[in-house]
Amino acid sequence: MTTVTTAAPALARRRTRAARPWTLALALLLTAWFAVSALWPHLLAPDDPLALHLDSALAAPGPHHLLGTDEAGRDLYSRIVHGTAPSLAIGFGASLVSLALALVLGGLAALAARPVAAVVDRLVEVLFSFPSLLLALLLVALLGQSALTEAIAVGVGTAPGYARMVRGQILSVKGSPYVEAAVTLGHSRTRILRQHVLPNAVRPLVAVFALSVGQSIVWASSLSFLGLGVAPPSSEWGALLDAGRLYLTHAWWLTIVPGLVIVVLALTATTLGKHLQTSLERNDR
Amino acid sequence: MSRTEDVLADATPTLTTTPAAQAGTDQRAGAGPAGVPRFRVAGLGVGFTRAGTQRQVVEDLSFDLFPGQCVAIVGESGSGKSVTARTLVGLTGAGSTVTAQTLEFEGRDVRRFSGRDWLRTRGAKIGFVLQDALVSLDPLRPVGAEIDEALRLHGWGSRHSRARKVVELLDSVGVPSPRLRAAQRSGELSGGLRQRALIASALALDPDVVIADEPTTALDVTVQAQVLDLLAQTKRRGVSILLISHDLSVVARLADQILVMRGGRVVERGTAQQVLTDPQHDYTRALIAAVPGEHTRGTRLVPPVDGAEPAPVPAPRAAPAEPVLEARGLVKRFPVAGGLRRTAVDDVSFALHRGRTLGIVGESGSGKSTTARLVLALTAPDAGEVTLLGEAWSTVPEPRRRARRSSIAVVQQDPLSSFDPRWDVERILLDSLPAGHGDRAVRARRVRELLEQVGLGEEVLPRSPLRLSGGQRQRVAIARALGSEPSVLVLDEAVSALDVSVQAQVLDLLADLQERLGLSYLFISHDLGVIHHVSDEVLVMKDGRVVERGSADDVFLRPREAYTQELVGSLPRLADARRDTTTTTLTSTTGETR
Repeated sequence: MTTVTTAAPALARRRTRAARPWTLALALLLTAWFAVSALWPHLLAPDDPLALHLDSALAAPGPHHLLGTDEAGRDLYSRIVHGTAPSLAIGFGASLVSLALALVLGGLAALAARPVAAVVDRLVEVLFSFPSLLLALLLVALLGQSALTEAIAVGVGTAPGYARMVRGQILSVKGSPYVEAAVTLGHSRTRILRQHVLPNAVRPLVAVFALSVGQSIVWASSLSFLGLGVAPPSSEWGALLDAGRLYLTHAWWLTIVPGLVIVVLALTATTLGKHLQTSLERNDR
Repeated sequence: MSRTEDVLADATPTLTTTPAAQAGTDQRAGAGPAGVPRFRVAGLGVGFTRAGTQRQVVEDLSFDLFPGQCVAIVGESGSGKSVTARTLVGLTGAGSTVTAQTLEFEGRDVRRFSGRDWLRTRGAKIGFVLQDALVSLDPLRPVGAEIDEALRLHGWGSRHSRARKVVELLDSVGVPSPRLRAAQRSGELSGGLRQRALIASALALDPDVVIADEPTTALDVTVQAQVLDLLAQTKRRGVSILLISHDLSVVARLADQILVMRGGRVVERGTAQQVLTDPQHDYTRALIAAVPGEHTRGTRLVPPVDGAEPAPVPAPRAAPAEPVLEARGLVKRFPVAGGLRRTAVDDVSFALHRGRTLGIVGESGSGKSTTARLVLALTAPDAGEVTLLGEAWSTVPEPRRRARRSSIAVVQQDPLSSFDPRWDVERILLDSLPAGHGDRAVRARRVRELLEQVGLGEEVLPRSPLRLSGGQRQRVAIARALGSEPSVLVLDEAVSALDVSVQAQVLDLLADLQERLGLSYLFISHDLGVIHHVSDEVLVMKDGRVVERGSADDVFLRPREAYTQELVGSLPRLADARRDTTTTTLTSTTGETR
């Protein structure tokens, strides 16, 4: 009797990639680090981030200054740690603005009476046709420069995409057999909305929110880099990036290091979001 | 979706190793046909290893498939029949272990086939017909191109001769205006035409063997009859057919040999006539008894387990009292492309009396589900009216209807999608209780009572419907429908997705509930046997209109209209095994285009 075993390497590989617990562990570790630097920056960087040491200006990374110093001799490591709070605030703020707006616009487009829904639909489409960054630039130009306007600008800039998503989610839940079943049970519109439509439409947005935080920070940094973000003395990462641009040729660390930190944060948020999404989906299926 | 789960669940009890020796001495019943068997299978075992545990899904399966013969493997979900079919063509799947004494195709051991051997064999020598042609055919390519590819891959002829062959093939499987159809995509064809196109591509290279895995399960009865006739013709040309089906009556129409599988093992085998008319094994008997139809009216489909008590036959139902639900001249139109309106429901009237069952039967697109939605006031009719318990129903505004919705409830076809995915069974049932139904303890007691009514235990309460079997899910759906103590239950294809033995249990349950609670059923199904079994009166619908109505026996045994006669005539019956299948001819293909 012969035995033939069919292995499926491709499938097996895919399964391990989906699980990969170490990415989650790393992401959680980094989240903890970012959380501490946002809440208690003095624990990680006791020095004043704005203290000037003109004698050691533009020092390369080394034992004295872990990540080097800028043109005024300010320690880059301290500035990055102390810049976490404003950067994260803008990221979270922008995501909140974006999702709140998306919920309102998407909800109206899916649930409001036909004329209202049609107007909202067109509005979202018009907003959608602008590139996000352009929309954000426009808002900063209108509202003036500050951390708050930056968050609003980025939030509004990225909202149309999410609004479309919310609308689609609500529509698909609204047409589902379980909502129909609830109608036949004699439940009121508001009860069905509260009990079935909103929770099921919003649930996938939890993961989207985590993804959106990472994305918003990148957008906010781009605005700062263009000089339209938070004013220079702030240690917000986009602002650091912008300030370092002038010295790119002889002090690379001023640009590369904040850039890398932004990338790491965005990756961390994205990884958490992905894991959240798969665990939610696993509960679904 | 739940199919794989079922496979694993049902296969658990058979977790043993393949007994090797005895299969060789196996007597193959009725080994009549001349010639060398195309497939020789002896002692086949298939196991899957998942997460480190080995599960045996097929054990000790043996059969020979002779030229011009049809061997059918019958069984319910998880019996291992589809895995067997896939194993024969080397597509068992990931993590599988195949063992056998003999596993030969035309004298060669298929386990020694190389990839190249398979490429030469699949399609050319073995054709495969799967259940759902819609997913088996590429939606973006014309069906002609699909068939052409089968020919091209095996280096058949020039481009021109292939084009001719494609048209010829489509013509030979009874596709009208084949030249036109070859240029259409699968989405533009009706279910029957798609299935025929798939059969045409399976037959393209004149294979010796066709493996048909549930080839008619997704089809309406009249189309099913056409496809079965087509396969019978193919068989007469000397092609061997391995037919996989859960439906004994489909098998009866085509098979010479039948293997009944359960939990990966063959529990009974023999000629079609032996198995269907004189079944030896209890399971086969139960399967045959579970098929609803004319002979099962007024009886239980599942005999009591201990056999001590005779199956109670419900007393003849009381003479019709006042109608609980009435529809008068219902019309519903839907806009279609080009500013036109399609009439989905056209002048439909009926009355449903207390404690009785009104069956609506029709093929897909006949308007029966739209009728259900109109009755449930989920959509408003364009003309006509529905009254419920003698009061206006479809014409009153929804807020006024809401309080009265407790008197009419629905059980949908797919229970899983009818439950909020976040909820467990307890939440689903609590939610179904009408407002102001006592305090917490009273509600909890009522939920347990509902579960008991549908024959489920309390242990399902904290579970998500995802973790329940198909039959349990449908029971939960029925319990939810009963939550508001309705007088009318609309059952929209409520048993269509279930295995025949589970379907039998649910039908018995519905009969019990009707008797105990005095419910009236509006029972909608495409399955003539089910409708005949449950209904007092029957409406036959076609293209939105009622073509025939009357008592169940009148409609099914003495149909007056040509369409009803065609429907009833298309219905495969267990008794077909006694008939010579070679006398059936390809039925008319008109009215099949879309």
